[in-house]
Order: sequence, then C-alpha cells, then structure tokens
Amino acid sequence: MSEADEKAATAAVPASPAAASATIIGGAGLSSRQVQIRSVIQAIGMLPVLIILAIAFHYLGEGRFLTGQNLSIVAQQAAINCVLGAGMTFVILTGGIDLSVGSMLAASAMSALIVSLVPGFGLLGVPAALLTGLFFGLLNGSLVAFAGLPPFIVTLGSLTAVRGLARLMGSDSTIFNPDLSFAAIGNATIPITSGFGIPVLAIIALVVIVASWFVLRRTVLGVWIYAVGGNPAAARLSGIKVWRILLFVYAVSGLLAGLGGVMSAARLFAANGLQLGQSYELDAIAAVILGGTSFVGGIGSIWGTLIGALIIAVLSNGLTLLGVSDIWQFIVKGLVIIGAVALDRARLQGNART
Amino acid sequence: MTTVPAVPNVTPKGDAILQARGIVKRFGHVEALRGADFDAYAGEVTALIGDNGAGKSTLVKILSGVYAATSGQMTVDGKPVSFASPSDAHAIGIETVYQDLSVCPDLSPSANMFMGREALRPGLLGRLGFLDNPTMRRESAVAFQKLKVALKDMDAPIASLSGGQRQSVAICRAAMWAKRVVFMDEPTAALGVVQTARTLDLIRRIRDTGVAVVLISHNMRDVIQVADTVEVLRLGRRIASMRNTGITVPDLVGAMTGALDAVAEPGEQGVAA
Repeated sequence: MSEADEKAATAAVPASPAAASATIIGGAGLSSRQVQIRSVIQAIGMLPVLIILAIAFHYLGEGRFLTGQNLSIVAQQAAINCVLGAGMTFVILTGGIDLSVGSMLAASAMSALIVSLVPGFGLLGVPAALLTGLFFGLLNGSLVAFAGLPPFIVTLGSLTAVRGLARLMGSDSTIFNPDLSFAAIGNATIPITSGFGIPVLAIIALVVIVASWFVLRRTVLGVWIYAVGGNPAAARLSGIKVWRILLFVYAVSGLLAGLGGVMSAARLFAANGLQLGQSYELDAIAAVILGGTSFVGGIGSIWGTLIGALIIAVLSNGLTLLGVSDIWQFIVKGLVIIGAVALDRARLQGNART
Repeated sequence: MTTVPAVPNVTPKGDAILQARGIVKRFGHVEALRGADFDAYAGEVTALIGDNGAGKSTLVKILSGVYAATSGQMTVDGKPVSFASPSDAHAIGIETVYQDLSVCPDLSPSANMFMGREALRPGLLGRLGFLDNPTMRRESAVAFQKLKVALKDMDAPIASLSGGQRQSVAICRAAMWAKRVVFMDEPTAALGVVQTARTLDLIRRIRDTGVAVVLISHNMRDVIQVADTVEVLRLGRRIASMRNTGITVPDLVGAMTGALDAVAEPGEQGVAA
C-alpha cells in the first residue's frame, strides 16, 4: 500500500469488522465522556442492587430495616464474610480459589480459645489465631506455587484436612471462655449517637478492605497480582516471580481467615471445630463474584467484594426480618446470586470490545 | 557469487547490532533450528519470514531470552552474549512484542508499560513497594507522544481500549525500554486495513529512533512495505538474506517455499531480485 492509499484508507469507512473498532482515528470512537461514564458504571457494579434490596426490605418490613440499630447488626453480620472475602479476592485475582477459609477460620478460632485460657496470657490468643491461619495459608500457597498443583484440588484437600485438625484441637468438643480477654473485638460498639454505634467487627472489616485496596492498587505487589491473574505468561516474561505472588495471596487468605477466627471467637466466647465456619468459603466466594471479580483472574476490585458481602448480609437480615423461613432464605439467596451475576454478565457484554 | 546484488553478508550499515551464528535448537527429537544465522542492524527493519514450521518463533524466542539454544553463538554489538531469561535480554536493551500482546486487562496503559519494572516512590514508601504512579504516567505519556500514539484515557483499564490501541501500548512499551532491538511477532495478524497501516507507520518511527526492528510476518506485502532487509528461514536454517530493493512477493514466496532453489543454493546464497 502506498502512502496515498494509506491516507485514503484512513479517510474511508473502515472496511473490516476489526477496523471498525479503531478508536484512535478521527472521532470514530467513544468520547472521553462516554469512557468516563463507562468506567463509573464498572466501578459501582452491584451498588444499585444493594440499594434496591435495602429499600425493598425497608418497605416490605414496615420501616424496620433502615434503622440505626438494624444497620449496625447488618454491618456486624457482614464483617467476617467481608474479611474472608478480601482474602478470597486476592486469591481469585490470580485465577485461583481458596475453599479452605471456613476450615482455617475454625482452626484459628480453636487456637484463639485454647491460648486464651492460659492464665495471664489470654491476649496471646489473637496472634495465635493469626499465626494458625497464616500457617495453613502458607501451606496452601506452597502446594500451589512450588508443587504446581491446581488451587481447587489443594484447597479442597485442606478444606477437609484442616476441618479435621480443628476438631482434633478441641478433642471434638466446644471450648468456652466466658472471661475472654479480647471479647471487645466481637462485641464492643463505638457509639455515634444514642441507639446507633459502629461495631468494632465492622471497623476491622473496613480496615481490612481499605488496606487491601492500598495493596492492590497502590503497590507493586498489587500490580503483580493483577498481572499474574490477567496474563500469567506475560507476567513471567516480564520478570515477575509468579511463585512469590501465589505464595503471598494464599498466605493473605490464610491470615485473614485467622483474623476471621479471632472475630468469631470473640463474638461467641466459644469455638467448635466441627460447626464453626461451615460453608463460609461459599459466602466469601459469593461476595467476590457478586462484586464483579472475574473467576478467571486479573479483573476485579476489592470494593466490589465489600458490596457483595453487604448484599449477602442484607439478604439474610432482610429475609429474617420479613419472617421468611431459613429454608426459603437459602433458595432466595442462591437465586439472587445467580441472577445478579447473570445481570452483570449481560451488562459487561454490552460493553465488550474487540 | 559476490557479484550478485542483494546477497548475504552485504552489511548495510556497518556491523550487525545483533548477530546469531549456527543456532541449533532441539525439542526432544525434533530439531526446530539446524544452524540458523541471523543479523539485525541498528536503524533498520529486518523482516524474518518463513513458512509455518520454519523456526521463526523458535529463533525469536532464543534471541529474546525465552528459550536457551542447544548450541550456537550470539553477539550484541560484537560481544558474545547468552540469556538465561527474558530479563537478561531486557537488561541489554532487547524487547519483544508478543503476538498475544502480553498485556494485563485490568491494569492501566502506564501500569502495563512498566509491568515488572515499576517505578517506586522515593524513601521508605518505595521500600514498602508503593508505586510512583505519577512518574510512570508521565514517562508513558512521553513514550506515547514520541511515537505519536494518542490514547483516549491513560487511566482506564487496558481492556476498555480497542484492539489497535492495546497493540499500540504493547509496541510503545517495547520501544520505550529497547535500547538496541525490538522483536515484533506478527504485529499485523489480527488487525484491519487501517490499523495495519498505522502499525507499519509505528514500526518506521521506532526504526527512525535508531534501534533495530525485527518483524516476523506472514504478510509479504507488509514486509515489502517496511523492511530494509529480509531474512528467510526454511527448515531451521537461514536460506536467504536480501536487501529490500525491488524484490517482489513472488521472490519472497519462492525463497520461503524453495521454488527458487534452482537459482540460489540453499544456506549459501541469496536471491537475486
């Protein structure tokens, strides 16, 4: 093609479908305003669903939903799932999955209570739980990063094995500590007005979300996490040590499961290796997926996970408020998750570019 | 033999910046390269062509540090080199634009430009791994401007850009870091007519900055449009090296498929245009 032909081709209507997507030329593409609107829509994601649910429950529940007291309960209910979901976001962003968070939470809560019963050193229950979670997370991470085993298989194994260990730790019984030294973590509220306060659990969850956002969007580590999930081959070729990133994300997931263990131990003054944290991994995964994070990795945001966790908590709370039975709650929750993600998929396909 | 115009070993502008001799690569029993030679010159576009299975991709992967050669020598600026990883090649200024572009969808153009080589904040924050986003954005903008690439949004995730723009980012990334050689693997394969023309322009602009551009392509018309030299691989060997002065598509196809063997002796001789 000669110089003149090129110019002609530039001026002409794009002939092939691929050329039709050329946005650099002239004004053929989107205006920057359209790009902005699009990115805002992408960022807010499921927020409208959350707001609609809240308003609907408020009217159906005759004004009982959007009260300071009830919102504080919702925040408390969402907190642990939020923390687990944050860890899960790291893992899913690399294209992995962590099915063992519920079991790690149980084992960590057991550690917390066992150590909390040591006279004079009760507060050490907190680091004990965190280290327990971190240990199992590193174990998962090593198997994925060094042995190259599929994350689903590794964490399916530890889902079962760590659950067994959690039961073993308490000889398969419930451990109580009515004088738990760190009970404030689970039960204290920071009063804002009379009748409304922010639970410490919710503050912890928010701190975890904000810290995760900083790591994901403001540090090298975060860029590498997105790179490893978005294009593993490219990450490797650009000199990123992929094994380090994988080890890190599973360690974070374990550590945050440990924190979740502290939170639920503190809330309940007790831990039971068999029951605690059962199927929490599913709620955490649901929160991440509701938040718009792609299951194949590389795309997603931690704010989405926060909104996802809130949607799940609002559903549970709202349905209970309306007197819907536990059985129907399961059914409705499952359908809302599928429906919300289907909606999201449809919306994104509308925006899809070649 | 030396009187034939456009034959191998006619050095166009002094010595080759990148030179490979007798590169052999075996994968088990398969011999992908059987003593391939290659030369690329600063400030020139060298096209590397060959039929499927000729060994183009393997050769490029060896020259850019992705694979290690089974045997053979490489020199850069006349000095022998060997690469254990792409990072080694990056360190001496050799970059590659892969066919899949090697970009990460949810990262901004500037984050993609600096992938694996991020700029960090000064002081303690930098040691903690905090990114210096303003610097990366500014330097990316300079790189885009230098190559006359206009992006709508420097902060939007790259997945929201068009295919052509994504490719511009990948090419600008290579150009920004390359001090000596840029390899481009089939840069126009997925593009329409207009975008192809723009990409070829981009290739010329990178060449004009003084680095060596190596273009791997199946599209003979593209090759004739931009190449200064054409290196032809067949069955794992360099079969011809031609200056792009009046060569035609049939010449290139003939050299690739061996139809011109009667005219030029394989491995030794170039193809007269």
